[in-house]
Amino acid sequence: MILERIRQLPAWARWASYATIGVLILTLVQELGQNDTSHLTAMTTAQTALKWSIPILLAGLGGLFAERAGIINIGLEGMMILGTWFGAWGAFNYGPYWGIIIGAIGGAIGGLIHAIATVGFGVDHIISGVAINILGPFAARFLSSEIFTGYQGGSVTQSPRVENVDKFTMPFLAGGYDTPNFLKWIGEKDIPLLSDIGNILRGIMTQTSWATIIAILLVPLSAWVLWRTRFGLRVRISGEDPWAGESQGVNIYKYKFVAVMISGAFAGFGGAFITIEMSSIYQEGGTTGRGFIGLAALIFGNWRPGGILAAALLFGYPYALQFGDFDGYASHALLLVNAIALFGVTIWAIRKNKTADAAIAFVLGALSATWYFSSDTVPDWWVKILPYVIVIVVLIFFAQRLRMPEANGQIYRKGQT
Amino acid sequence: MSKGTLRRVALALAAPIAAVVFATVASSIFLIIAGSNPLSAYGDMFEYGSRLEIQVDILNRATPLYISGVAAAIGFRMNLFNIGVEGQYRLAAIVAAYVGASVSLPAFFHVALILLVAMLVGGAYAGVAGVLKVTRGVNEVISTIMLNAIAISGLIAWLVREWQAGGSVDASGANLGVGTEPIEESGLIPNINSWLELFTREIGKGKELTGVLLVAIAVGVLYHIILNRTRFGFDLRASGINPFAARAGGVNDKKMVLGAMVLSGVVAGLVGMAEIAKLGRFSPNFVGNLGFAGIAVALLGRNHPGGIAIGALLFAFLDTASGVLQVTGSASREIVFIMQGIILLAAVIAYEVVQRYRIREEARLASTLLSGDQE
Amino acid sequence: MPNAIELKGITKRFPGVLANDNVNLTVAEGEIHAVCGENGAGKSTLMKILYGMQPADEGTMELFGEEKNFASPNEAIDAGIGMVHQHFMLANQLTVLENVILGAEPTKPGGLIDFAEASTHLEEVGKAYGLTVDPSDLVETLEVGERQRVEIIKVLFRGARILIFDEPTAVLVPQEVEELFRNMRELKANGATILFIDHKLEEVLEIADTITVLRQGRTVATVKPSDVSASDLAELMVGSELPKPQLSDAKSQETVGLHLDEVTVLGEDSRPIVDNVSLSVHCGEILGIAGVEGNGQHELVGAILGTQSVDSGEITLMGDNISNQSVRKRRESGLGYIPQDRQEEGLLLTAPLWENAALGHQTAKPFSNGWRQWFIDRVGSRTQTERIREEYDVRTPNIEVSAHALSGGNQQKLIVGREMVSQPSVLVASHPTRGIDVGAQASVWGQIREARSQGLATLLISADLDELIGLSDSIVVMFRGQIVAQLDPSEITPRTLGAYMTGATVEETENE
Repeated sequence: MILERIRQLPAWARWASYATIGVLILTLVQELGQNDTSHLTAMTTAQTALKWSIPILLAGLGGLFAERAGIINIGLEGMMILGTWFGAWGAFNYGPYWGIIIGAIGGAIGGLIHAIATVGFGVDHIISGVAINILGPFAARFLSSEIFTGYQGGSVTQSPRVENVDKFTMPFLAGGYDTPNFLKWIGEKDIPLLSDIGNILRGIMTQTSWATIIAILLVPLSAWVLWRTRFGLRVRISGEDPWAGESQGVNIYKYKFVAVMISGAFAGFGGAFITIEMSSIYQEGGTTGRGFIGLAALIFGNWRPGGILAAALLFGYPYALQFGDFDGYASHALLLVNAIALFGVTIWAIRKNKTADAAIAFVLGALSATWYFSSDTVPDWWVKILPYVIVIVVLIFFAQRLRMPEANGQIYRKGQT
Repeated sequence: MSKGTLRRVALALAAPIAAVVFATVASSIFLIIAGSNPLSAYGDMFEYGSRLEIQVDILNRATPLYISGVAAAIGFRMNLFNIGVEGQYRLAAIVAAYVGASVSLPAFFHVALILLVAMLVGGAYAGVAGVLKVTRGVNEVISTIMLNAIAISGLIAWLVREWQAGGSVDASGANLGVGTEPIEESGLIPNINSWLELFTREIGKGKELTGVLLVAIAVGVLYHIILNRTRFGFDLRASGINPFAARAGGVNDKKMVLGAMVLSGVVAGLVGMAEIAKLGRFSPNFVGNLGFAGIAVALLGRNHPGGIAIGALLFAFLDTASGVLQVTGSASREIVFIMQGIILLAAVIAYEVVQRYRIREEARLASTLLSGDQE
Repeated sequence: MPNAIELKGITKRFPGVLANDNVNLTVAEGEIHAVCGENGAGKSTLMKILYGMQPADEGTMELFGEEKNFASPNEAIDAGIGMVHQHFMLANQLTVLENVILGAEPTKPGGLIDFAEASTHLEEVGKAYGLTVDPSDLVETLEVGERQRVEIIKVLFRGARILIFDEPTAVLVPQEVEELFRNMRELKANGATILFIDHKLEEVLEIADTITVLRQGRTVATVKPSDVSASDLAELMVGSELPKPQLSDAKSQETVGLHLDEVTVLGEDSRPIVDNVSLSVHCGEILGIAGVEGNGQHELVGAILGTQSVDSGEITLMGDNISNQSVRKRRESGLGYIPQDRQEEGLLLTAPLWENAALGHQTAKPFSNGWRQWFIDRVGSRTQTERIREEYDVRTPNIEVSAHALSGGNQQKLIVGREMVSQPSVLVASHPTRGIDVGAQASVWGQIREARSQGLATLLISADLDELIGLSDSIVVMFRGQIVAQLDPSEITPRTLGAYMTGATVEETENE
């Protein structure tokens, strides 16, 4: 069928096709829906969705480097929290760009602690990660009480306001630098599907922060580093079979150490992004579990950078939809989108002879559809928990189909086979 | 005590003591950098903590911490990480508060009902993560964290609105805020001041030692008996040590995973009972963070019922005694957070080092004795 | 001409064990030199020292006349030594190319790997030595023989002049061993020096130019194959004759202990891993299953034990249909199990011995008591464990130590003991003497034979052809999930057995 042919395309074309199918579903729901749900594919939604997916993306990439080296990093949340704090401090004192860098350093410190515990001492990875998740907020609290309380507008639980990073708007396509705005023109034509694509593309190209762009660029960069460089190969052997690497003279400890610190730096960048780009201040509890959602993105993305990006966008979209959805219709319409997606999974499962999956998908899809048709809006607590529900549902179907690096999570000590 | 046992006990204590010492030194450094005097800060805390009323506070704080630690430890014994205690205990508390307020029973049954409901809700909610793991292979770390968020941001927020108390003042005439209907007196576990006063002077300042302490002790005792003396506990521990060998040995590891998660959740449900006994209702600012603190305490105590108790008391001391620092101004009270974090990390590392040393020693002992045999 | 390798007085201690005691080893350039010894004699330790994976405590090492001291495998590799490991050190999810170049990756500026150059070099090396592999294959798709070739190429890629082979024939059938020896002779002809560890004496006599024998960490002899026989070597290795599993004339009984009727286990892709297998083991009989690892034996054992679900067919234990019973029920009904990997499947390493003795039997007396066997009977368990320790010669200071602390042989004896004392009616023994010292091996064989004479029905799965032929009353061969032959051990040789195991037919072997 069409899916088979899509699978044969090169990677970038494949992803573009999947994305188009996604937008197609959104468009359908918009056209067929009872109420005005153009918010689903509105430019602002796309813009916000992109922004909201960045912390998740960065956390996921952080998890990628650590787990490709064989170290499970549950502590991403704690490292992210360090990133939010250091990002605020850095931005307040030295400006937003330095804020990002210092935030990354803060996260890397968390990574260093995790590395010392797991690589240096052989502590169980999850236990160390949990300890860092506890230490992170404690440290932030302490540091805030020492430092932020001294600033105007700061307190134990928050920092003073900080600046954002500069924004960029794509010329010609999105009218940056006073050029004609092609995508806006398409968007206004109201052609089904094409206009929606136009709006979405315009959303991601208008007033996009440079921090966002850098984060997105880190995706191909990570892929390139891991699969094309010597460093990357040695990192990967640390996660697949460190004893084989050791027998060939690779200093496994070194690569695990560096990889985990990189992991912390990514998480720190993510935290700094939340502070600088999203809330403009450091706030206690500002990460709201996105470090863990990043882990889920890592798993769903099958430990590949492209997959993590796709997953991050998927998980970030519901967050974004809430904003500006004043009448609640768009969030309500998501129920139908979910139902369609679930029915799609049902069909896929049936063709693969997986009856359990098919049954679950069908039931969930039916529930979602029923809810959609029997109501006009959804309660706001549902909207709040939707991202977490999506993570669980995705994992229900995909947790068993994915493959993590073979030696991931195993305690490696040099000299033992 | 034989030399071997003495040596084993010494080794077991070496790690946590080393961790505490290390953490104290590290925190002192932080304090000095921040311009405070560590010695006066510690002195203030110890002096404060030696007062009977504060000790009652410490015990009150340690009680839910201990229960939370046991809940986490049950999971750890099975190599399961129940990070969901946080959501489980709050969900259990609000449902138990609601049910408890809707009935009127003689004291014993009333209290029993509330405890039972809390345990059921906690167990069921944890069971969701267990089912997901057993049937679909969903990693319980992520699922319990997601379920936490769902419970706290969604379910509880909704339930609090649904079950908002009717009146605006409670029985004593005080203003009711947002929260569930207050439970009648018969449902509240009484304090056990009179028991404690058998050993000490009269407790002043209106401090009440929570009766839930007895529940905590019972939980600890049951935990020890079930895990170490029953066949179910044997199966559970075996599954946690080596699931393959356990399976070959007849243990149904899927049942064990589910059983351990549910049991962990059942205990987690009791974590909020001390607060319910005190307040008589559930409100949005119900005591928080006990779930994560419990995980820390379980790790500190190495999943051992006595060790968890010591860990709970230690953390409770730090949490409570630091209150005096705001008064005396010798340091900012947040220093205890850093201390707790460092103690945890240091302890976890120290345990690993000691464990490895112990294994090497055992192997060496075993083979030297044997080569003596062979000569 | 200086010797390729000259080891003098090498000593290495581990906690409680003197692994190498003043070992001397001299390897001439361009020769194939075998190092023999039974399990635990110190051969692996010596090789690890030579390869830089462990430092020696005392002694000197000279390569081509120069004194060397390796702090890491990298230095050994730079000096021209390459190690082909017994348990292949290959990452399954990486390609052949990635595995081979790891550690010596040709790079372009910026740290980028020059895949083109790497590929060319790999193909050159392969051609020069007659080893064919496809660089872009994922290692997990390769067969055992191919993986070994990748291991060899890995070593040659770095320009090794001295190759160390660690028990290379352990995973090969006789025909593949011949292929390996052909490669070795080719390497020798190209100027390489080969050092290899082996404890199969016929092989050693066939291929080696010189043989060094190690026993209990010491060098006991260095001989030429023309001067010694297999039994001479055996005596040097063990200090006495190697125990051989002997055929006995015990008769098996009429009653069928274990019966499999057209048992099929389907894999992920609906292809059968166990394909319509039927067999019977009578009481008082040992039935051996021969087969190259990966032909379904593991799944068959799982099906009998209950850990593997069966798609069709029936399994009966002493007449009762156990096909749908849980593992626990089958154990309680008298099924004993010796797993192929004692550490992974048989023991709780961090638990004390008496808890390990209870594993698999914790629902019965004396390990548990009380209503519905709810409580663990600690006194009963300890008494029973002491009994096992005595009767099965488990050498340990006491029964409170963790299983971790015991040597492999003693761990295995504990497992055999705990299965036997519960008086099973059927025993499934999977590679029961793998990796244990000769003394423990003899002890285990003795226990199994003793139990047979008491009426135990035993299903024996093994890769040790001598063990199979010596212990079994009857042998079946598994190939691609099917039983392809039923043979009489008194009439076959390892060669013919090997042929069946790799799917060759009788006519082919006769024509060789």
